[in-house]
Parts: sequence; structure tokens; C-alpha cells
Amino acid sequence: MAKKNVRIPSGEVIPEIPETLDPSLFKVIGKNTERMESISRPSLTFWQDAWRRFRKNRPAFLGFCIIGLYVILAIFAPIMSKYAFDAMDVSLKYATPSLEHFLGCDGSGRDIWVRMWMGARVSLTIGFFAAFINMCVGSVIGGLCGYYGGWLDMIIMRIVDVVYGIPSLIITILVMVVVGRGIHTLIIAMCVVGWIGSCRFVRGEVYRLKNQDYVSAAKVLGVPDFTIILRHIIPNVMGMLITNLCMAIPGAIFQEAFLSYIGLGIAPPNCSWGILAKEGIKYLKVYPNQVMFTAFFICTTMLSLTMIGDGLRDAFDPRLRGTE
Amino acid sequence: MSKYIVKRVIAAVLTLLVLITVVFFLVRLMPGEPFTSEKLNPIVKENMIKYYGFDKPLIVQYFQYLGNLLKGNMGYSMKYTNKTVNYIIGSTFPYSADLGLRALAIALVFGLLLGVVAALNRGTRLDVFCVILAIIGTSIPDFIMGAVLQYVFGLKLKVLPVAKWAGFKYTILPSCALAFYTMASVSRTMRASMLEVVQQDYIKTARAKGLSNFRITWKHQIRNAIMPVITIMGPTVAAVLTGTFVIEAMYAIPGMGKYYVDSTNDNDYSMILGMTVFYGAFLIFCNLVVDILYGVVDPRVRIGK
Repeated sequence: MAKKNVRIPSGEVIPEIPETLDPSLFKVIGKNTERMESISRPSLTFWQDAWRRFRKNRPAFLGFCIIGLYVILAIFAPIMSKYAFDAMDVSLKYATPSLEHFLGCDGSGRDIWVRMWMGARVSLTIGFFAAFINMCVGSVIGGLCGYYGGWLDMIIMRIVDVVYGIPSLIITILVMVVVGRGIHTLIIAMCVVGWIGSCRFVRGEVYRLKNQDYVSAAKVLGVPDFTIILRHIIPNVMGMLITNLCMAIPGAIFQEAFLSYIGLGIAPPNCSWGILAKEGIKYLKVYPNQVMFTAFFICTTMLSLTMIGDGLRDAFDPRLRGTE
Repeated sequence: MSKYIVKRVIAAVLTLLVLITVVFFLVRLMPGEPFTSEKLNPIVKENMIKYYGFDKPLIVQYFQYLGNLLKGNMGYSMKYTNKTVNYIIGSTFPYSADLGLRALAIALVFGLLLGVVAALNRGTRLDVFCVILAIIGTSIPDFIMGAVLQYVFGLKLKVLPVAKWAGFKYTILPSCALAFYTMASVSRTMRASMLEVVQQDYIKTARAKGLSNFRITWKHQIRNAIMPVITIMGPTVAAVLTGTFVIEAMYAIPGMGKYYVDSTNDNDYSMILGMTVFYGAFLIFCNLVVDILYGVVDPRVRIGK
């Protein structure tokens, strides 16, 4: 048998490729007619597939665990602790972290650990609900505009164009002043202009999907609009919606912290992470640890949510992996 | 092109009008009323009420305000009764604008640089470093960044002044604190769009033509990849401007932010209106510039619309 070395362009040498193969190397094993048509692995639905990819994405899964931990702590830490979040003890002013008070005490002798998780309740609630309501309102309006088009779309898109040009934080501040301070009002204030973003996005997405062949086919077959929306449009938008929701939560937490920081958020003695940061920064020079814990929790939450968002995006649409 | 610009300008003016209207009526819905200062002379108070036409119906006041605004007159502040809103904006805005511009410049230069470097070295350690920096950057609110910088460079290392605004050295910390978030988001956007451009056929063509790497990156990749960054410039400018509220307070910079926040607490109608209209007009103007710039850079936009 003739043998010769082959040089491939990269310079590597592959040794000894025989020019002809000896048939005795092969054996006929015949056809297994039973197994050849069978599917070797269980088929996965879109959601199972996405979940599998999401779990494999280590940063995203880590973020998911961190947020889970924070939610559990926010629910249980204030209940489990023997200190109330607004109970003052002047003898413990600016106490450093100890076993009694995990993160020390603030300027009024209040336990920071408990306040931190009370703050987390407020911040996470506001972040989640503001983002969620914005998403719902935006997708319903944007979906209607994208799917039906026509004069309704014209009018709403002109409104959206105009409102989009207005700095949202300024309107939020004004609405906040009008409706008063509190968790509900803060969410309302954020939603007044917040739905615009998701409305634009959903409209574009629905418009694109509407012109896909399978939707046209469904239409030709006489499927009613309602069923098309339920069966074809919503499942296809859902992945991106959830990703966007996840990306919008940090934005809402940011806004809440910002508003609380400039004194327009939650009213004391209630607390949120924004208020804790504000209180802590006042004593930055003397007691830097007061603000560092808050900063740590805010930043890790943001980080986790961003990573979850990225992971979800990759999970729902693997083509986008690694592009951002 | 001119048709496109006219369209954009009309939209901008309309937006501004809506903003003024919404804010004017929102402000009147606020609980409480202006002129609550006890130091205020009753005669002055009466004159002020007459001056602002508070005794007239709301709609008349609205048109009166619009008329005054057209003449560039935003009236007297209702708290600092001896100053006009124009004067307060005129004396504080330069500081805010200075801070904002510095931050924006830092954010753009370093953001674009990081994005390009990361995309060109995709998959390497440098890329991972840039991506991690960007993700961390978007996770830190600017008030926390401000506090951390103040603590590390001002209090611990004592290399830069902690506060005030009196010379170049004083501007470094606040500008960086304000720029960090924006820098991170710019670099993310730039990296994503660079990666998309790299796969395009015209880059292959340019390679095949034998263009130098520098020329391909500079003339073909960056030019095309910068479009999404221009699109986010409008919201970015808005974010930087509102970010100045907090950074100004933290670094004791005599800018507009403090007056804006205080005026909402004091029910200083003319001040809230004036400042909001000013901020809004400024941002709408920025958006307009971005839109026009977009049309200039990408001819498809102006034909498509």
C-alpha cells in the first residue's frame, strides 16, 4: 500500500494517509430498522431548551442564585431578627459590625442589617413592579399598534414620538411631587412615561412577526386574529419580553435610588436602598462602612440582574451569544 | 435632506410645546402653594400674585406664560423673590454644562476606545477585561461611584480635592464619577455593533482588496459601527444631565441641580416651570442634533423616513 505524508496549509504534517483503504477493514453490520428512525434524545420544547442553555451560562446562573438569595433574605431577615428596622438605640450609635448587629448600626442606633433588607423589600418591589407594569402597558399598546397598524398606530406613535423626547426623570419627579411620596406613588410616577420604551420595542417586533410566512399562512387558513396573536405572536415575542423585563429592573431600581437620594422617594422612617445610601454617604468621612454595605448590595443586585438579562437573551436566541 | 430636517424640527417644537403644557398643568396640581415664606412682605406677596396672574383663570395664565416664554422671560422665582429664573439659570447652568460636557467627553472617548479594543480582540483576555469593566460600570449608580471616588482618591490617598469647583484638579473626580456609567454603556453598545460589522461582506471585500488593518478598522468598521452609539446619544445626554443633580450635591458644585430639586419642594412654580422647560428644551435640542446627525451619517435614514 502506497503511503505518503500530506502537508496541509497550516504547516502541520499529517502522517501516512493510505491511498486506498483495504476493504477488509470494514464489516457490514446491516440495518437496524427499528432504531434507525427513532429519536435518540427526548425532544425539548422551546422553554426547556432555553432553560437548559440558561443553566449552562455560569454568570447568569450565579446572578439568578444571588437574586434568589436576596429575595429570600428580604422576606425573612426582618422577620427573623429581634430588632425592628426603626427601633433606635442611642447607645449603639455608629456601632461597628458585630455578632449582635451584623452590619453595625447607623447614626440613630438602628440595626443596618435589618434596615438593609427592609430597604431591599422596597427597592426590589419597586424595581420589579415598575418594570413589569411598564412592560405590560407597553406591550399591549405596542402590540395593538404593530398588529393592526392603521390610524390607531399613527396616533399612538405620534404621541410616543413626542413623549419619548421628554426627559423621563423630570416628568417622574414632577408626578412624584404631585401624587406624594410612597411606594405606590413611586411606581405610578415611573409608569407614566416608562411604558414608552417597551411600546416602541414591542411594536417593532410584532410588526416584523406579522409579516412572517407562518402568520400569513395562518391567516390564509382562516385562523382568527385572536388565535394568531395567542399562538404565533405572543410565544415568539415572549423570550425577548422577558429579557427586556430583566434588563428594565435595574433601571427602575436605579431610578428609585436616585429619587430617594435627592429626597423625593420613599418617606422616612421607611427605607429603601437609595435612602440608606444617602444616609451612609453623609458619614462617608468618619464611618465609611455605613455606605459600603449598601453600595455592595446595590451593585451586586444590578450586576446579577444584568448577567441574568444577558443570559436570558442568549438562552432565548443563541445566535446573539457573545455579541454583547 | 432639508425636508428631513424640517420634519425633525417641527416634531421637536411640538414636543417642547407638549412638555410645557404638561408641566404647566402638573405644577398647578401640586399640593400646597408658593409664597409660604414668612419673611415675605404681604404687599410684595400681593404684587407677586397680581404679577403672575394667579387671580385669573388657569387657561389665561397658561397663554400669558407662553407669551412671556416666547419673549424669553421666565418670570421671577417665587422663593428667591429678588431673582429672575433667567438669572438663576444663567448663573448656574454653566457649571452643570461644564461638568456634563467633561463627563460626556470622557465617557465617549474611553467608551468607544474600550468597545473597539474589545471587539478587535474578541475572545482574548483583553476582551474579557473590557466586558467585565463594562458590566461593572453599568451596575454602579453614579452616586455610589461618586462616594467611592471621593473616599479613595480624596480621603484615603489625598491626591485630589474632595469637593468644590475651583480649577482643573477639582473637576476630575466629579467628571469621572458621572462618566463611568455612560462610558460602560457606550462601550457595550460599541462592542456589540463592532462585532456585527466585522462579519459583513464589505469587510471581507476590503480585506480582499488588500487594505491595511488600520484602514479597515478606521474607515470601514468604526464608521459603520458608530451608528447605534449615535442613536443612544439622546438618552445618554439626558442621563448625564440628570446625573449632575446628584454629583453636584455630592461635590458641592454650584450647578442647576440643587435649584431644580429645591424648587419642587418649595412649590416655586415659575422656577420648576422655567427649569423643566430649559432642561427639556436642551434635551430636545440634543435629540434634534442627534437625529440630524444620523441623517447626515446614514443617508438611508433621511430617504427612508
